[in-house]
Amino acid sequence: MSENITRRGVLRNLAGIVGGILAMPAGRTCKAAVQHGLATSSAPKGYDPTKHKWLMALDVDRCIGCGMCVEACKAENSVPQSNFRTWIERYVITRPKAGSGESRGETFVDSLNGGIAGFKPSLIPKEDILKSFFVPKLCNQCENSPCSQVCPVGATFESPDGVVLVDKNYCIGCGFCIQACPYGCRFFNTTTNTADKCTMCYHRITRGLRPACVEICPSQARIFGDMKNPIADDPLQKFIENNKTQGLKDHLGTKPRVRYAGLDEEVR
Amino acid sequence: MDATILTNVVDALPQFDGYVYPNERTLHPLWSVLIVVYPYITGLVAGAFIMASLVRVFKLKALEPIYRLALLTALAFMLCATLPLLFHLGHPERCFEIMMTPHFSSPMAMFGFVYAWYLMAVLLLELWFDYRRDFVEWSKTETGLRSLIYRAFTLGVTDLSAPALRLDARMGRIISIVGIPSAFLLHGYVGFIFGSIKANPWWGNVLMPIIFILSAVVSGMALCVFTYMFLCWARRITADMNCLDLMARFLFYALVLDATIEGLDWLHRLYSAEEGIDVLRSLAASKLFYTLLIGQACLGTLVPLLSLGTIQLTGKKISNLNRCRIYFSCTALILMGVLAMRWNVVIGGQLFSKSLRGFMSYKMEFAGHEGWWLSMLLVALPFVILTVFIKYFLARDLPTIENVVPGGVRPTNSPEAQI
Repeated sequence: MSENITRRGVLRNLAGIVGGILAMPAGRTCKAAVQHGLATSSAPKGYDPTKHKWLMALDVDRCIGCGMCVEACKAENSVPQSNFRTWIERYVITRPKAGSGESRGETFVDSLNGGIAGFKPSLIPKEDILKSFFVPKLCNQCENSPCSQVCPVGATFESPDGVVLVDKNYCIGCGFCIQACPYGCRFFNTTTNTADKCTMCYHRITRGLRPACVEICPSQARIFGDMKNPIADDPLQKFIENNKTQGLKDHLGTKPRVRYAGLDEEVR
Repeated sequence: MDATILTNVVDALPQFDGYVYPNERTLHPLWSVLIVVYPYITGLVAGAFIMASLVRVFKLKALEPIYRLALLTALAFMLCATLPLLFHLGHPERCFEIMMTPHFSSPMAMFGFVYAWYLMAVLLLELWFDYRRDFVEWSKTETGLRSLIYRAFTLGVTDLSAPALRLDARMGRIISIVGIPSAFLLHGYVGFIFGSIKANPWWGNVLMPIIFILSAVVSGMALCVFTYMFLCWARRITADMNCLDLMARFLFYALVLDATIEGLDWLHRLYSAEEGIDVLRSLAASKLFYTLLIGQACLGTLVPLLSLGTIQLTGKKISNLNRCRIYFSCTALILMGVLAMRWNVVIGGQLFSKSLRGFMSYKMEFAGHEGWWLSMLLVALPFVILTVFIKYFLARDLPTIENVVPGGVRPTNSPEAQI
């Protein structure tokens, strides 16, 4: 606006702005590289995530609803009392009314305290029950995980070994991922003030151990393994070979990786 | 042991109806009233800016009296828009990570950029170009602190030659034109935050950003009418009826559009009857009955629509005073209705389980971290800031400069209506 504005001066300023904008991606890449080195994942040194593809499968027919997996998970991962990284649901489907022409009656679902102490007998009279079963739930470690998609800072990420992790030192605690998870697997940890979820006991599996819930399950309803394991008798690979499996809420396109065998249509 | 008892008590609370996932059994929803306030404030910013740009872009001379008021309103609300989010974060000290290391697939990561763009490149620039000449003049005529403030705001550019003023006017117009899509972007993205969550049938909806934009325009326009009338009353001056009538007409058009799209949304939901429609239907009939059907649909939309529509039809047969009364009540109702709409979206989306088998309840805290008191404070804060702005930038005792050309025209209305 005054005479001292020159073409040269304006061009110089513009070049500075453009240069600054161009330098931003490079700066971000550098920061991402540093973060990658410092990311908190609880894996031991020397562990190569690209050589594994961890997966869990659940045999619904085998689950007896004892709740030991829930208890073991809480103890292993210091999960707050009112939250759950894994839980068990009980489904009770009643018989249809006589002459109604329906294939089933009403469906009742419960999971008192995540099923940690097992389940008391259902209040519905036995003769009215068409079928009843337990379904263990945990993070589905989705391939198209909506939770890591929406994280505004990238604190939630998909590890190359198939586990979706949360870096609690980086999470800002906005809760967007908790809203985006269709399975109710995430929760807000009031101790750390960050999002929290099942990591398939990442600190254990990266050291050659099995997740706590798998380790303690008395009926082998939880099967854990490595899809990149070259050994032919990997229990998981065998289970998937011998069973018809499916994921939860497949229609949402999240591509859940955790497999279920013997799932009823009422489960979601 | 105590914790176990507490968990069992929470499980047994009557606020859970049917089956709710264990992690959803919390005393309060994750996103509570602060997240209701956030889109409300952001929407008012976008709407107030659209109102102001009608003057610049479409050269509506009748709206001149509210041009600066609308811009200052937008700025006052914009300055407070981030606060509810910040108070809500689990780790507010890490908030800058959103801007420093944004995760580009997240709609929330765009917030930093959209907000910064809108505040720095649109609102502040437009205000500066519009006010620059006045700042220069006022820095000379005023004394003491005021003079210093005005001088600081000139940013050292004190050239008042004709070409410089022409440049000011041209830049103001260009920024206004850029500002309209920016305002849509600002609020469209807020709608997208909810619309993109496919896990929630109440939120995951392609119309959500459009509904948010339209309701933002409606609420912002209503706010401008409201503040203008309030200011006229406070200063004991007569409101410019031409300006008010025109604002009310635009408000009516925007409301028609908003109501149509929201109606279409419900029609589509009911007709396509996708998974979760039963839950949504019972949500509307029970938990959201008062806020959705009474607050948002009847009082916030239908009553203002009919009242403003009647005025459009009857023209000026209704006396000025009565028209003023109707406008004032309609805008108050609309502002309340849009707040109810934000409540219905944000809280309503968290009143049912994602298992689609049960419902939760929400009882707002009074004085807690995410309670009534703090949210009221956050809604009131922009009005306090606006009062300060008005005192410094719209003061009646400031000399008005003839022939300044914001958008090419200077107010031609009666002097007492200028504020």
